[in-house]
Amino acid sequence: MSSGVTPWWRNRRLIPWLLQAVVGLVVLVLVAFLLGNLVRNLTNAGLLLTWSWLGNPSGFEISETVIPFDASMPYWRALMAGLMNTLRVVLFGLFGATLLGVAVGTASFSSNGLLRLLSRIYVELIRNIPLLLQLVFWYFVVFLSLPNGAAALQMPGVVLAKSGLYLSWFDSALQWQLPLLENGVWQAPLRISVEFAALLSGLVIYSGAFIAEVVRGGIASVPKGQWEAATSLGFSPLLTLRRIVLPQALRVIVPGLNSQYISLAKSSSLAVACGFTDLYSVAETTLNQTGRAIEVMLILLGSYLVIDLVISALMNGLSGLVQLRER
Amino acid sequence: MVLMVLLRRFNAVILLIASLALVACAGDGGGVQSQKMATIKARGSLLCGTDGKLPGFGYVDSDGRYAGLDVDTCRAVAAAMLGDGEKVQFRDLNPSERFAALSSGEVDLLARNTTMTLSRDAPGGNGLSFAPTTFYDGQGVMAPSASGIRELKDLAGKPVCVPSGTTSELNLADRMREEGIAYTPLKFQTLDQMWTAYFSGRCAAVSTDRSQMAAYRSILPQPALHSLLPVVMSKEPLTPSTINADPAWADAVRWIVYGLMQAEELGITQANLEAKLAEAKANPNQAELRRFLGVEGEYGRQLGLPADFVVQAIRAVGNYGEIFERNLGRDSKLKLDRGMNRLWTQGGLIYSPPFR
Repeated sequence: MSSGVTPWWRNRRLIPWLLQAVVGLVVLVLVAFLLGNLVRNLTNAGLLLTWSWLGNPSGFEISETVIPFDASMPYWRALMAGLMNTLRVVLFGLFGATLLGVAVGTASFSSNGLLRLLSRIYVELIRNIPLLLQLVFWYFVVFLSLPNGAAALQMPGVVLAKSGLYLSWFDSALQWQLPLLENGVWQAPLRISVEFAALLSGLVIYSGAFIAEVVRGGIASVPKGQWEAATSLGFSPLLTLRRIVLPQALRVIVPGLNSQYISLAKSSSLAVACGFTDLYSVAETTLNQTGRAIEVMLILLGSYLVIDLVISALMNGLSGLVQLRER
Repeated sequence: MVLMVLLRRFNAVILLIASLALVACAGDGGGVQSQKMATIKARGSLLCGTDGKLPGFGYVDSDGRYAGLDVDTCRAVAAAMLGDGEKVQFRDLNPSERFAALSSGEVDLLARNTTMTLSRDAPGGNGLSFAPTTFYDGQGVMAPSASGIRELKDLAGKPVCVPSGTTSELNLADRMREEGIAYTPLKFQTLDQMWTAYFSGRCAAVSTDRSQMAAYRSILPQPALHSLLPVVMSKEPLTPSTINADPAWADAVRWIVYGLMQAEELGITQANLEAKLAEAKANPNQAELRRFLGVEGEYGRQLGLPADFVVQAIRAVGNYGEIFERNLGRDSKLKLDRGMNRLWTQGGLIYSPPFR
């Protein structure tokens, strides 16, 4: 070790920091330049960002909403109603796709050959056809060819008609209410529009195929010895799956599920193909009426980003819970 | 900082080149400064935004060729500017894309059955500059003849198909709110989707421009099964547009379209154009005709266009009346009556200010 102080350019603590700082600065300057350029060009084109239009009356109607909405309400309320519709289809979609995916994924390990074959056919058929085509198929081919009125498909407690799906539920007097035909129009406590049903079916069946593959991969990652050990202890196959295999498989499944969930949330914007008024559809109408393209796009980008970040954060939390904890 | 300075210098160089190019172009433009027109001339073709799927206005016909009233407007402008009506590149735009495509320069001219409105025209709105209206339309409602729907009241509680992001959507909402009728709008991004949903019976009725409904009905196997309700709930002046930022370009488009109307008024058709031109050249007393056809006068130069711009436009597509009859009227499948779209001399609204 020589005498004197180490010169700064040989300081092993300082140099990495310095390099980081320089890279950070370059990125910052680049971003500042791009933003400055954007603002300057937008100003020149008379398109500087303004948000006051959000408070103006929207003047358009939305066919189905979770929160009350009519044409006299402002744009922000319309966008909010659209966001609620998106969240509704995403939540139901995540739930349905997970159920279907887990069922099909475990079915591919069944001792029943027909069940195994069916699960393979489902996965290969569905995941190789674009989602947009599937949505168009569900809406225009399946749901719009349902009959109306008395000819509608009737099952116990459920009626499938072109005007919507009618389900039994408790009415305001807490009486179990079946769908009824009044003057050729179905009435029921719960009505789901065919647009929503088509979008949900498309999303659930499409994402279900990918989730099934994730689940299959997770189960396959559990060593065969675990199955054999459980069987030798007298566990039934179902019990083995539930208590021994799935808990271990979850470590592999959850990170894979995360990206499937995110992709489902983003795909919900294809709602516009089957007439469902989601956030994207409302944003598009808003953009057309106000001409505020950049602001509307920013709102749209921000909304989907937040939805996906929330899903991602929740799934990462779940992933932490199911990981092996070593003591 | 160095980067910024370098880029600023680079911008300055670009600006210098651009201004030199402008000065060079000003030579044949008679002092007319239009960046758009310089760009179009340099490119050698016009970028025109059309519908692409709407019979009568802008669609691809059975020969694979673009046809329609809006398409012919594009061809007329291309012919007037570049001397050839085929020097057009068409871009199919849906209602949601059209204004962004125009303001970003993706297209030079938007001729896509677009209704002229205050907010679309105003600089604080979409900032468009509208040419003369080429088709006066009104919004209506079409329903299956057997449905018993005869007026707006019959639509209470029923689903109605509308194109998303159009004036039709807003007009219907306004009108129904005024009359206190609750209905369910079903919005579709493309017209094909909307019409498929309507024909499959998802909607009790469909509401959009009356000409458009007549156009779609005309291609059905049994048009009589659907009827147009008598209600006309809005004014829909369908008008080509350009960006506000280039007034010289907007003026050029405006007067090319007026030229087509004026030609009909003067009885100049595609067939008799050459004879009229020869007559104008031969007879110095035909002052109005000579100026209109660019034999004398400076109309073309003042607009930054060739002197014979009207001649080129008529040679390519004919006068307004011919364009109408070929695409929408008696020579088309649609067989629309000219109605409000007759010349002012015949009681219609088609009127060109004087070429003077």
